[in-house]
Amino acid sequence: MNLKQLADYPGYGSELILHEEVGEERAAREDLLEKMLLRLQEMRSSIARGLSSDEPSRTGMVGWNAKTLWGADDKLRAPLMKRVQAYAMAVNEENARMGRIVAAPTAGSAGTVPGALIGVGDHLELTDEALVMPLVLAAGIGQVISQRMFIAGSSGGCQAEIGSSAAMAAAAVCELLGGEAKAAVEAATLALMNTIGLVCDPVGGYVEVPCVSRNAFFAVHAVSAAQLALAGLESVIPPDEVVSATASIGRLLPPELRETGEGGIAATPTGRRIALKMAK
Amino acid sequence: MIGPIMIGPSSSHTAGACRLALLARHTLQRPAERAKLTLHGSFAKTAKGHGTELALTAGILGYYPHDPRIPQALSIAKKQQLDIVFDAADLGDVHPNTVCIELENRTEKSHLTGSSLGGGSIQVFEIDAFEVRFSGRYHTLLLRHVDQTGVIAHVAQVIADNEGNIATLYSARQKKGGEAMMSIEIDKRLSQYVLDYLTHLPYIRWLRILPEVISGEGHLSGTGDVA
Ligand code: SF4
Repeated sequence: MNLKQLADYPGYGSELILHEEVGEERAAREDLLEKMLLRLQEMRSSIARGLSSDEPSRTGMVGWNAKTLWGADDKLRAPLMKRVQAYAMAVNEENARMGRIVAAPTAGSAGTVPGALIGVGDHLELTDEALVMPLVLAAGIGQVISQRMFIAGSSGGCQAEIGSSAAMAAAAVCELLGGEAKAAVEAATLALMNTIGLVCDPVGGYVEVPCVSRNAFFAVHAVSAAQLALAGLESVIPPDEVVSATASIGRLLPPELRETGEGGIAATPTGRRIALKMAK
Repeated sequence: MIGPIMIGPSSSHTAGACRLALLARHTLQRPAERAKLTLHGSFAKTAKGHGTELALTAGILGYYPHDPRIPQALSIAKKQQLDIVFDAADLGDVHPNTVCIELENRTEKSHLTGSSLGGGSIQVFEIDAFEVRFSGRYHTLLLRHVDQTGVIAHVAQVIADNEGNIATLYSARQKKGGEAMMSIEIDKRLSQYVLDYLTHLPYIRWLRILPEVISGEGHLSGTGDVA
């Protein structure tokens, strides 16, 4: 399947994904939905642990961001935004502490989907059951994208990793708010198109800086994409062409900008100093 | 692409690494006592940062990627007197996240090379100097055999007769008429008597069955990172 075929489906995108994955058999469907619910609950427990912990990661670079933001004054009076950001960072700080998380699609980008989807769900006081089908769609979008390009930062840069997580999250939020397949694919496309070019440059090679804050930013980015798509806005460049463009940029990126910790902010004087200190 | 449920911090450098080592562990019949791990590319450069050493050690101990003991793997290995050495080397034109795992105990020895492709998916491409191809997504049957006509057809027939559905089959020989290795990915585990039967065929030298290490929950929750 490609994104165009998904977009052409008349109805919710998750229905087509479910059909492609397990067919129409009732038991197989229920089985898959139950597994998705389990993953959703696992995401929720990473969020809960992350929001209440300020235990530093192994490097000491992160570990208290989610809790601090969660407890801070909402000066902007934008509770949805704060919630989405805090949830996303909570998951990634758990990840950095070697806690348990659900990769979505990878561990470095694990905060984006739960941040956006569970964040919006909680903001609107929806049940976990309402989030399951959108999560199926997120998984399906990730699957379709991964057939065209590498999704790991070491292969395609952060645009591949956070880019696909943002696309997955955007589609999921869009469906959660009533968007059918076409709108959800537009949301994913807008999210991916606006992540293009992002390099993977973690300080010292640790999935902490910029990764933790990056998940907060791209969870919000995914919600923005869903908002645009729900209003009927569309990407001028077709979805599958945007995926190809992302893949080709990934191939152009030098190794320094693909998770080796040798370029970008990892190569700043401070980044190098931290890396050296950690290597000791 | 939602999943696996895993211990952080990196699906390729932690979950994928753990799975590769777990497969290597099962190429031996008894636990390893000595291990040498040679890391290539991004694996070598960022191993510490991503907990790759812990994850590889955990795999050798037989742990799966969601196991909460992963962060303590190195100290557990020490307690169990498992001797582990890490090394870095350029393994040539291979995926940036590649590792070569050499294991040993008093009676056995094994050598496995594989890559972590992202999102926790993996590919093994070498075992004991034979070329293989498998992903850990299914049960894998490894057969080292004499290179002669009809072996592949016979083995495939035995598997089919016992309702084993072959997902992939890869076979390569070292030289004509010498030894060859077959890696066969099968949907469900073969029963013990089939394995016994295969082991006793005159041209089979060695047989191992490796477990599926990527939870068989289909592509949505699995990991399908392809080019
Ligand atoms: S910078 Fe690299 S390690 Fe960090 S989230 Fe992006 S792709 Fe992952």
